[in-house]
Amino acid sequence: MSRPEPVQVIKQRRDATLRALHEGVPYFRWLGIVFDRRGDELTAVLPYDDKLIGNPILPAIHGGVTAAFLETTALVELGWATVWPEIESGAMTPEQIDLNTVRWMPKTIDFTVDYLRSGLPRDAYARARVNRSGRRYASVHVEAWQDNRARLFAQATGHFLMPGPDG
Amino acid sequence: MSEDRAAKLAKQFIEAIPYARAVGMSLTEVSDGTACGIMPYDAKLVGDPRTGVIAGGAVSALLDTCGGAAVMSHASAPAGTATIDLRIDYMRPATPGQAIRARATCYHVTRSVAFVRAVAHDDDGDRPVATATGAFTVERGRMRRAPDYAPSDGGETP
Repeated sequence: MSRPEPVQVIKQRRDATLRALHEGVPYFRWLGIVFDRRGDELTAVLPYDDKLIGNPILPAIHGGVTAAFLETTALVELGWATVWPEIESGAMTPEQIDLNTVRWMPKTIDFTVDYLRSGLPRDAYARARVNRSGRRYASVHVEAWQDNRARLFAQATGHFLMPGPDG
Repeated sequence: MSEDRAAKLAKQFIEAIPYARAVGMSLTEVSDGTACGIMPYDAKLVGDPRTGVIAGGAVSALLDTCGGAAVMSHASAPAGTATIDLRIDYMRPATPGQAIRARATCYHVTRSVAFVRAVAHDDDGDRPVATATGAFTVERGRMRRAPDYAPSDGGETP
């Protein structure tokens, strides 16, 4: 029986995969979105920045920024769930994703955001759940919160077109 | 509302929104429940580095901003507004290098809710890049935001 891989090797491979999925996208980087990973569980983090404000009187995060943050979370989760088995089995390396940043990336068909409360001027977090993922279409739900995990400030559902073999 | 006043209010509205300033968004026309805006092409808005296509999220933000402006410019003169929900349908990738233009119409207003439709184009005005439908809150009475033309986004819980 072969020995299990050293934990550092596994972590390095998974972290490199995650970076490859989002770091190459200029808009994600400009918004400042980063991801926390625990095993295969991802949490998107939107660190507060003044440029994200949509209402300076309250002040509150721009609704469009909230929508973009949730959509990013859904896209990266979908990409992550798609490449995970291939990365873990060794069929694919993180470098292969990096070279071809967008091959994995689904296309958004539609995205519906519910604004539950105003986005406060502080860090925001989001997690996505892939409710259905077929060969062509996927449905993803996303929840976002700030201080309190149980008090969502926004949630969203989106449908996505999965990349084809040549896509 | 006179044209001068509308133009002034549109400028104030957009300049008060840090995000809109950061991406260079501006309103080109605002009157009686309709708002048109433009967002220049910028490398930082790209969602697909392989092709240079603008990220869907960046287009959503433009549609949302124009939606809020359309509500504020409605004849019923709301004191403020916030997005309740917004659905975006993405028709096709925007052509790289071209600005995105959006036109939002507030087509019905009740005492507490405004209904909005919006469409986004690039230089090809016949084939939409994205469309949106949304519901926005309508704040009445005492003003809780900037006078005249408050930024619409992220208001209190509907």
